[in-house]
Amino acid sequence: MHDLAPLTALGSSAPQRDTIGPVTITENPDRALASVAARLGQDAACTKALASVLGTSAPDVAQCVQGPALGAFWMAQHCWIVDGPYDLDDPQTDLAARLKAELGDMASVTDQSGAWVRFDVHGDGLGALFERLCNLDMARMTDGTARRTMIDHLGCFVLSHRGGNTVYGPRSSAQSLHHALITAARSAF
Amino acid sequence: MNRLPTGGQIDRTTRLRFTFDGLPYYGHAGDTLASALLANGVRLMGRSFKYHRPRGVLSAGSEEPNALVQLRKGGRQEPNTRATVAELFDGLDAASQNAWPGLKLDALAINDRLSNFLTAGFYYKTFMWPAAFWEKLYEPIIRRAAGLGAITTDADPDGYDRGFLHCDLLIIGAGPAGLAAALTAGRAGACVILADEDFCMGGRLNVETHALGDQSGADWAAGVVAELASLPNVRLLARTTVLGAFDHGIYAAVERVADHLGQPEQGKPRQILWRIYSGRAVLCAGAIERPIAFANNDRPGIMLAGAMRAYVNRWAVTPAQTVAVFTNNDDGHRTARDLMAQGVDVAAIIDTRADAPACDGVQVMAGAQVVDSSGRLGLKSITVRQANGQEHRLSIGALGVSGGWNPNVALSSHQRGRPEWDDAIAAFVPGGALPQGMQVAGAALGQFSTQGALAAGAGAAIQALSDLGKTAQAPDLPMAEDGEVRITPFWHVGGTKARAWLDFQNDVTVKDVTLAHQEGFRSVEHLKRYTTLGMATDQGKTSNMGGLAVMAELTGQSIAQTGTTMFRPPYTPVALGALAGRSVGRDFRPTRLTPSHAWAVEQGAVFVEAGMWLRAQYFPRTGETGWRQSVDREVRATRGSVGVCDVTTLGKIDVQGRDAAAFLNRIYCNGFAKLAVGRVRYGLMLREDGIAMDDGTAARLADDHFVVTTTTANAVAVFRHMEFARQCLWPDMDVQLISTTEAWAQFAVAGPQSRALLQKIVDSEFDLSNDGFPFMACGEITVCSGCPARLFRISFSGELAYEIAVPTRYGDALMRRLMDAGREFDVTPYGTEALGVMRIEKGHAAGNELNGQTTALNLGMGRMVSDKKDSIGAVLSRREGLQEENGLRMVGFMPTSPQDRVIAGAHLLEKGAALRAANDLGYVTSACYSPTLDSYIAIGFLKAGDTRLGDVLRAASPLTGHDTEVTVVSPHFVDPDGGRLRA
Amino acid sequence: MIINHPLLGPCDAQEFTYLGDARLIDRPDGMAGDAEDAFYHYAYLRDNPAGEHRELWFHEQGDRSWLVVTRNTVTHQITSVELARDVARKQGRGV
Repeated sequence: MHDLAPLTALGSSAPQRDTIGPVTITENPDRALASVAARLGQDAACTKALASVLGTSAPDVAQCVQGPALGAFWMAQHCWIVDGPYDLDDPQTDLAARLKAELGDMASVTDQSGAWVRFDVHGDGLGALFERLCNLDMARMTDGTARRTMIDHLGCFVLSHRGGNTVYGPRSSAQSLHHALITAARSAF
Repeated sequence: MNRLPTGGQIDRTTRLRFTFDGLPYYGHAGDTLASALLANGVRLMGRSFKYHRPRGVLSAGSEEPNALVQLRKGGRQEPNTRATVAELFDGLDAASQNAWPGLKLDALAINDRLSNFLTAGFYYKTFMWPAAFWEKLYEPIIRRAAGLGAITTDADPDGYDRGFLHCDLLIIGAGPAGLAAALTAGRAGACVILADEDFCMGGRLNVETHALGDQSGADWAAGVVAELASLPNVRLLARTTVLGAFDHGIYAAVERVADHLGQPEQGKPRQILWRIYSGRAVLCAGAIERPIAFANNDRPGIMLAGAMRAYVNRWAVTPAQTVAVFTNNDDGHRTARDLMAQGVDVAAIIDTRADAPACDGVQVMAGAQVVDSSGRLGLKSITVRQANGQEHRLSIGALGVSGGWNPNVALSSHQRGRPEWDDAIAAFVPGGALPQGMQVAGAALGQFSTQGALAAGAGAAIQALSDLGKTAQAPDLPMAEDGEVRITPFWHVGGTKARAWLDFQNDVTVKDVTLAHQEGFRSVEHLKRYTTLGMATDQGKTSNMGGLAVMAELTGQSIAQTGTTMFRPPYTPVALGALAGRSVGRDFRPTRLTPSHAWAVEQGAVFVEAGMWLRAQYFPRTGETGWRQSVDREVRATRGSVGVCDVTTLGKIDVQGRDAAAFLNRIYCNGFAKLAVGRVRYGLMLREDGIAMDDGTAARLADDHFVVTTTTANAVAVFRHMEFARQCLWPDMDVQLISTTEAWAQFAVAGPQSRALLQKIVDSEFDLSNDGFPFMACGEITVCSGCPARLFRISFSGELAYEIAVPTRYGDALMRRLMDAGREFDVTPYGTEALGVMRIEKGHAAGNELNGQTTALNLGMGRMVSDKKDSIGAVLSRREGLQEENGLRMVGFMPTSPQDRVIAGAHLLEKGAALRAANDLGYVTSACYSPTLDSYIAIGFLKAGDTRLGDVLRAASPLTGHDTEVTVVSPHFVDPDGGRLRA
Repeated sequence: MIINHPLLGPCDAQEFTYLGDARLIDRPDGMAGDAEDAFYHYAYLRDNPAGEHRELWFHEQGDRSWLVVTRNTVTHQITSVELARDVARKQGRGV
């Protein structure tokens, strides 16, 4: 076990949580992410193998799924991002390595854990918040929808699932993204 | 004063205090500034643009050309606001503009006496010569005199949001047609947005007296609005102006969230700019009344007849105790009737039509015209010429004028729609190809009866939903007024030498149009530019039609043939703040922070913006007085022992797949197919035209796995380019790409002690010896007892150097650990300046050299372009024009006196040659002071530079005045044979 | 403008980066004998029609797919949107 102390994307040792009106915005630093892209001609095999890893079928276009341990969302044709708990104690068995071991030559797997900041947004009136952030039609963002969009000039993924929305944005701009979320929430509520 | 004892949709129980030009007044909730001023007997509200003529309110809506005022003070001061749409609130501070020292006595009213000189084209004709006078004399004078209100130079304290809305049906305008459409679609369950610029929805229903069924129009509207508000699928946007119709059902609208408050609530925006994505849209924007031009028709008190009755009916205000109406159509008679019903004395209806109908209780002068008016600061009397030619004066305080109504076609014409003339109503109606998905209903389509508008609105909604595959039924609509339009077109009273205004805002008169015609400016677009007709804040909403009609008369064409000018967004003026949204000040764009940012802040680093990144530029220490001192120290410390720099910002792209090597072989001009696993190679990317695009390294982590780096600035463009190659050029290569720029915190560790430092960090099972991990090696390792990491032995500084990467979350901790572990070597953090100095000393090309104009040959890397394979840009890099022997080559320069500064951007000339483009031999791209050589140094491009080593030239910058004698040298100032790299 | 993405459905054109003429897919073979002439035409000679035009758009803020969009440059009417990769394969650029 190494002794380097992690920082959250917002630059602190503990995640930040803000409640504004009916909405709570929580930084979630404890997720591991890995991209899975099917190799040429391996689309079907990879989709199938990914389903067995996830314990549920791989997400279709603009969808996200949650399996018993791992979740995943669609990123591009035959390309997904898988998410699971970040194992601080045993980073050697990181998510990407485990996926690569399962998927072998069916897929290219890349660790994306450090690339994104994740905010979980819960509460009533998410529509009123997100209509000030991005051009997604929140009425059509039913549970299980995952779309890439722009929030204050930042390319982000917005996932809609029971109980709230998750926003993945570029980690280096975590503070800007957080500022955008907070400002929009104060404006909306 | 002029407030009527009863009626109106104002709350007489509230009393709102406001000031106009410093004087206190009172109004009620529901008032606009205009209605409240009229109620207080204030008719004079502004001065005109050119002649500084006294002006009062013309309209009761956003089309207002005259009553432009300045609202609020300090950073919230806003000029050119229309008093007719400014909602009254307690404490409103309003001021007139374009008048000095005051509204009643305005010095520049002298312009009115000079009107013979100030006709159309005045500027073009007068300020012709001498040319030198323009900048020094004419322009300052014109600028001082021109314009209306004054902008504040204080920062705007308010926030503005931008937002996005989606709907099946957007309905623009909440008059009878819009409300009927919304009710129809809302009840059918469709997702509806109803937007109206007024704070009270209802449109003309709020200002007319005719009943809808057994209710007043206003009550019916309020009932419908209440029902719509109760429907979850309907969104009501009051105080919202739809500004423009764009492609494919996209509309822009600005919602004035807080303009009716003293200031926005804490954290809340003043306005929101909405981008509305609509499946279908119904334009129910109503109609705008037009005036009739006659001599001196611009005095305060002369207003549109429909506006006059709006003030009486909605705001219980009469502009004067005795009024008259001047009309060419039946609608003018309504005004007279409504005013009489409220007890206002109507002296006469002057109707231009010989067959004008009678009107109970008032004299109708059929076939008569108003030929003049009097009253310096407000209307006192008019002169009427009756059908028999007799003229006589009528003493009145206000005159309502109706020249007919123009359907409000603006939004229907923002794309390819061009209005068409309709004789039946003597006006243009929407025509041509309307914006995709748009229908028009009600008065905006020329359906002027209330009954007609209601039915049309419902019908349009049914049609729109049907297009979207939904069904809807028309609601039970009340019986309403269904009168015909009876109008005989009449545009201006002729036979006068006095000025008759067409465009009040720009002071364009019938004479100006006549002059434009005489001088050949006959097309409507020329007419507009020459006379300024229809320009500025109101965009000719009340004036264009009159101007066109006069021009049509003069050219002998019909109005239809004359046509209209282009309608363009925005429909009404928009605050720039609303367009900027939240992207202002430090939020202008997002900021990207490096993993070591917090640590660098603690060190007191000075930061520099590199794209969106904030990077440490240098780390000043106590006692250092200038940046050069810090940078020189950082360079010396790194070359002397070891330095560390955060290089996370370099783009990183993960390239995987069976064909990854073959793919890179086509992307880079040099070879990659044979790169061994565990090795790194420098790569140069060309554009297809043979020009260098970007450079970086590719590290082969496995047979089917590379990590490619790009320059910080080009990370996005290179990724896009590689995806283009992958998807469009070679779709069947097995290669997958993903950016990992953010996933890794990466630090350059450079200097002779870098290996010793890393050996304290890297876990001991990894061999860092020169044999075990030679120059250009790479590998996946662990650090600090098991933290996964990547190590690359690459060097930008020219020293023994590495780049080490750990997962981003550990970047901060690793930087601190490197500093701790490096204390024994006096480890020094260095910033982008020292990085830049060392790369210039080493002669590495960077952004200044890869400037979009240079080739591999120019860069001294011509032999890198392989002719044994097909790679992007290779073919055109070999074209004749890029192969000149006398072409530019990258070389180094040293001033003959070491302390003479060389400037990047300086041009190279032979000694003694004049500083002229013809003598240009090339240019300096990068320059710095080299603490290693104790001299200024530079690199740049020189014609046949490789053959000129040792020559002495001039490096002169006409921009900065620097003119330095330099010797041409190799660009590799430090360790030219690379011994240090391989140590 | 709205671009009807073959996978994602209607998307605002602001999410895309524009490149230009879809003939850029037809990259000549750099090792062929006539390569220089072919690349001169490829890199520099393009039509700029007022009317229907096949163009390349990159869904940079979406799924990173390159699309071939057939658009009328006068009316902005979009009549067809395809994945550029499919187009490239159809045009024989696959193996």
